[in-house]
Formats: sequence, C-alpha cells, structure tokens
Amino acid sequence: MDALVNKRIAKVLKGDQNAFAEIVELYQHQLYQICYRMLGNKQEAEDIAQEAFMRAYVNIHTFDQKRKFSTWLYRIATNLCIDRIRKKKPDYHLDAEVRGTEGLNMYSEIANNDELPEEELMRMEVQERVQYEISRLPDKYRAAIVLKYIEELPLAEISEILDLPLGTVKTRIHRGREALRKQLSNL
Amino acid sequence: MNACPENVIYLMDDYLDGDISPSDEQLFKEHLENCPDCRKQYQELSKTIAFVQSASHIQAPSDFVQKTMGRLPKERQRAGVQRWFRRHPMLAAAALFCILMSAALMSNFNDDQHFSFTKQPNLVVEGQTVIVPEGQTIVGDLTVRNGDLRVEGELQGDVTIVNGQYMASSGVITGEIEEIDKAFEWLWYTIKNGFKDAAAIFDTDGSQTTE
Repeated sequence: MDALVNKRIAKVLKGDQNAFAEIVELYQHQLYQICYRMLGNKQEAEDIAQEAFMRAYVNIHTFDQKRKFSTWLYRIATNLCIDRIRKKKPDYHLDAEVRGTEGLNMYSEIANNDELPEEELMRMEVQERVQYEISRLPDKYRAAIVLKYIEELPLAEISEILDLPLGTVKTRIHRGREALRKQLSNL
Repeated sequence: MNACPENVIYLMDDYLDGDISPSDEQLFKEHLENCPDCRKQYQELSKTIAFVQSASHIQAPSDFVQKTMGRLPKERQRAGVQRWFRRHPMLAAAALFCILMSAALMSNFNDDQHFSFTKQPNLVVEGQTVIVPEGQTIVGDLTVRNGDLRVEGELQGDVTIVNGQYMASSGVITGEIEEIDKAFEWLWYTIKNGFKDAAAIFDTDGSQTTE
C-alpha cells in the first residue's frame, strides 16, 4: 500500500495531477469519515476533507516518504477539524438558518454541553445518538476517540497523528471513553 | 467501588486498550468476579465502545474526488518552471542570455541582405562581384557580404565571404579563405568576431567596413 502510494506521490511531484486523483480515491472515505465524526455535519465534513486533500497536494513536497502517508494526511485533517470546531463557536449567528437544512439553525449545530431534552434523545436512532454524543465531547477527546474506535488505528499511530506523547493519547481515550459511558448510560 | 484497590481503574483501562500483561489481566479478571460495581462499570464501558464502533461507516459523496480535484490549484506547470528557475539561477540566466543573443544575431543576419564589402583602394566592383584586378596588390583583410569575390591580382590578408562565393582564379591570397552561407555559421562567426573585436581594442587595426 505504502509503495503504491509513494509511486503516486512521485508522479504528483513531477506535476501529474491525475496521480493525485488516485490518492484521493484511496483515502476519501476514511478522511471523510474522520471529518464527519469530528464535526457531526455532512457539509462541513465534505468541505474540510476537501480542504485537507488540497493542503496535502500543495505541501506534498514536504511529506517524508519514509513515513506513512495516511498518518500525515489524517494529521492535516484532524488539525483542520479542531481549528474549525474552535472557530465555529463564537463566529456564527446562532439564529442563522444552516445552509441546506430545513429549519435547522445553529442551535442545533453547536454540539457542546447543552443537553437535548430527554424525550428527544429517546427518539433518536442509535447511530444518530452515538454521533451526537461524540460531538458533545471536548475536541481533544473527540479526535482521540474517533481515531481509536472509528478508524481503529493503533495507539502509536494516533500519537503521531495528534503529535502527542503516547501517555497523553491514552489518557484522552480513557477520559473520552468514560465521558461517553456516562452520556450513553440511558441507552 | 469504594473498596476497590486504586489500581483497578488503570487495569481496566489497560484491558480495554488491549494493552495489558497476562498477570495483570488475571488480577483484573479475578477482581471483576468479586466486585459487582467494577463489573457494571466494565460492562458499560464495553457497551459504549461497541456503540461507537457500530456507528456505521459512512462513505464520502460520490462526486467527492471530482470536487476535490476541482479545488486544486491549477498553476502547477508554472510553479514547476518557477521552482526550476529558483534552483538553477545560473543556468536560467545563461539560457536567457543565449535566447536573447541568438535572437539579436539572427535578426542581424536577416537584416544584412544587402551587398557590402571591405573598402580597400584598387578594388573593382562588377554587379555583385568584387574583383581584385590583375597586377594589383591589396594589403589587409577583405570581407564580402551577399556577393562574390574574384581575385586576379594578389591579396595579402584573410578573406571572409558571407552568402557568396569565392571564385577560383589565377590570383594569390596569402591569408585564409572563409565562406559563410548558413545562419548557424554566421552566428558562430559573429561570436568569434566579437572576441576578435575585443582583442582588437588593444592593438589598432586599420581596416574599416562600409555597409
């Protein structure tokens, strides 16, 4: 897989844009998934995932081919997601209707400590509920949980993606897990 | 959970991470047998993980690749050229110099289509032919452009003919004869001459050229 990707990267470095399309093809679903789980919104996930690929393309000459490409790519994406989550809070008018949704305003998008009423939680599908609870996690726990349990990556790789020591990654996973357990206890 | 040893929570975390030694695992499992609180905690955590993992794997929209490629910057080709220039400034300068020089010289070559020759006393001109008459001796170099040369007398010096012919005859030439009729040779000749001219600044040379 890595040799295959490196061959594509060599072509991209020579200016072959089509070789990059093959790289996008290979990683699109995983990258989109990470962004979607982090952001909890399909349009934003698509936007950020595309942005991540774009940045990877522009900076491809800085990628060290001895390392794993997916790690580098996921790192770009998680950083963009975390930036977006942090920016999102003060930036938006909460009453503004969200583009492409019916009747949803930013109150429904802002996924933080405001809990939804119990009966609304009960009406949610399990999948929906899990996503909602993930998006209520603080962003640093969220990234670790998504990489560990949705992408199912080894701890060492998560530590490289998040640029954190292994111990810190473990702590974040443990705390994120514990927070989710409490949030999901009535399921 | 009050009665549980402090380290059980760590054991549980290690166990759930799949990163536990066999002896610790033994210890942890024994504790679970005897402690309903920890057992409950463990089951809830396992359930949580199962829920998170069951979050169905979603796929990117079908036009994702196409849209992403549409967002990439287009000026890749130009960027490549720019990078090359930045990496090889000397080569780039030399290449630019060569292009400008040859352009200038080529236009010179095309402009110089009219007949001309080095002005010397005693030369006779017939149409497009320069003649060194019989019995005459000319001292100095001779250049003829766009015309022919016929030597019937004596010429003490080099001959250069551009776009013309040296017509063999009974005359005597003591120097070298050079005929140039191709653009490339003209180019080479001009460059060579440039050096000669530079050298000529130091020793005075009397010959003039009329155009």
